[in-house]
Amino acid sequence: MSEEQDMITDIEVPINLKYNFTAGAAATRFLTQVKKGVLTGQRCPECAQVYIPPRGSCPACGCATEEEVELADKATVQSFTIVSIPIPNNPIQPPYIIANLVADGANISFLHLISECVNEDVHIGQRVQAEWKPEEEWTHAMDNIRYFKPIDEPTVPVDMIGKLPVTGLEG
Amino acid sequence: MTDIAIVAYQQSDCVSDAGATNEVELIMPVLQRTFAQAGLTNAQDVDFVCSGSCDYQQGAAFAFVLGVDALGAVPPIKESHVEMDAAWALYESILKIRMGHAESALVYGFGKSSPGELPIVLSQQLDPYYLAPLWVDTISLAAMQARMMLDQGLITERDMAEVVARSRRNAKSNPHAQVNGDVSADDVLAEETYVSPLRRSDCCPVSDGACAIVIATVEKAKEWGKPYAVIKGMDHRIESHNMGMRDITDSQSTRLAAAAVGVNDGRVDVAELYAPFSHQELILSKALGLGEETSINPSGGVLAGNLLMASGLARVGEVFNRIVAGEAERGIAHATSGPCLQHNMITVVEKA
Repeated sequence: MSEEQDMITDIEVPINLKYNFTAGAAATRFLTQVKKGVLTGQRCPECAQVYIPPRGSCPACGCATEEEVELADKATVQSFTIVSIPIPNNPIQPPYIIANLVADGANISFLHLISECVNEDVHIGQRVQAEWKPEEEWTHAMDNIRYFKPIDEPTVPVDMIGKLPVTGLEG
Repeated sequence: MTDIAIVAYQQSDCVSDAGATNEVELIMPVLQRTFAQAGLTNAQDVDFVCSGSCDYQQGAAFAFVLGVDALGAVPPIKESHVEMDAAWALYESILKIRMGHAESALVYGFGKSSPGELPIVLSQQLDPYYLAPLWVDTISLAAMQARMMLDQGLITERDMAEVVARSRRNAKSNPHAQVNGDVSADDVLAEETYVSPLRRSDCCPVSDGACAIVIATVEKAKEWGKPYAVIKGMDHRIESHNMGMRDITDSQSTRLAAAAVGVNDGRVDVAELYAPFSHQELILSKALGLGEETSINPSGGVLAGNLLMASGLARVGEVFNRIVAGEAERGIAHATSGPCLQHNMITVVEKA
């Protein structure tokens, strides 16, 4: 080569691909109910576990779940983390609590936030209830629920978590 | 070398848009039919499960994990996944059986190709470094390949059109096909070009769907008492990523794989070739040395419906169906991956 050239050591190749996302039949039914302010699970015809959000199948038995079950918006803390480190582009400011919550009537947890609480007092088995956004803001999303907040009910024993009926701890 | 028996094969219809149906909802009915055919209840009744799919098609990370929800995976099963066509999941399963770690396996493949811009999704998935910065898509690459073949006098546009016409005609007897009908080579030639020299019907359609296979040792298959065919051999070879480094008018890797499994050691009654473009079927037939006695793509092939990540496995299933039905005694199934037939696998299936 006659001229000396700078070596190219890297290039930037941003990739943007467009997709039409579809939630699936089961998730569509779930999200339609969430828009109405109702949490809905699906029961496995074989093992009777109730899943939320439902995906149309029981992952344990491998069979289709058709039966819909209306759940309470009260839940039990199965596990939680206090997040102290800010995550880029996340609008929620730390410290905040993200938790695995089991809605009354369901057997499997979903992830949501816990707020209106003393973070250090949150514990496994704690009873919480959904704090919904105003009805006019409801859309097809779980953030129709702003967060869950503690309620004055006794702590659920660990072996009872995920086994409460829709009527809750005493029911 | 232990022969492996295929005991069941099922597939969904090839549909251009599965709509709101998600992956689990696509897989589950196919698995239920496969289990029923093999006389099994669920994945607990086999020793190993392996699937093929591609997260790029859905545009979501770890999307393949959701497929496991269709299996019945409690108590925990032995399970694996290949981020490619399920034909390679079949290969992994056969290795598992041959190593003595399993006696039976369920293999399934699934894909929703419709949600994204598939030609560019595929080329970005398979080549993140070399040609990706040019944003060249898989159809354009195939068109270059066809153009080179035409210019070198290796094929004519009529040869390509005849492949399309035969595929459409054969697909009339395939209930799962997406496109079929009586179309003549002249009809195809009358179409305007899409990405020159390819016409739309030279290119496989975009399809959503799934398929599944159950394999076992021959001893196990006999115990189950179901009709079966045997896999005599399977081999796959891959060529360079770099288009300029290989002769894309030929398929060396197919030829090598075919020689390794002894394709021409016996009569080939049926060949199911994974050729997403008409001219590629001509490359493959030549590389495989197929003659007049071979029925090529009696199902219509992927030109009649292309269940991406399941189409390679479906080729094996189509050959199995014909052997079990007594229409053929020996057949070969071909699977491909990568642009312009980069990676090729050959499976020889015979009557038990």
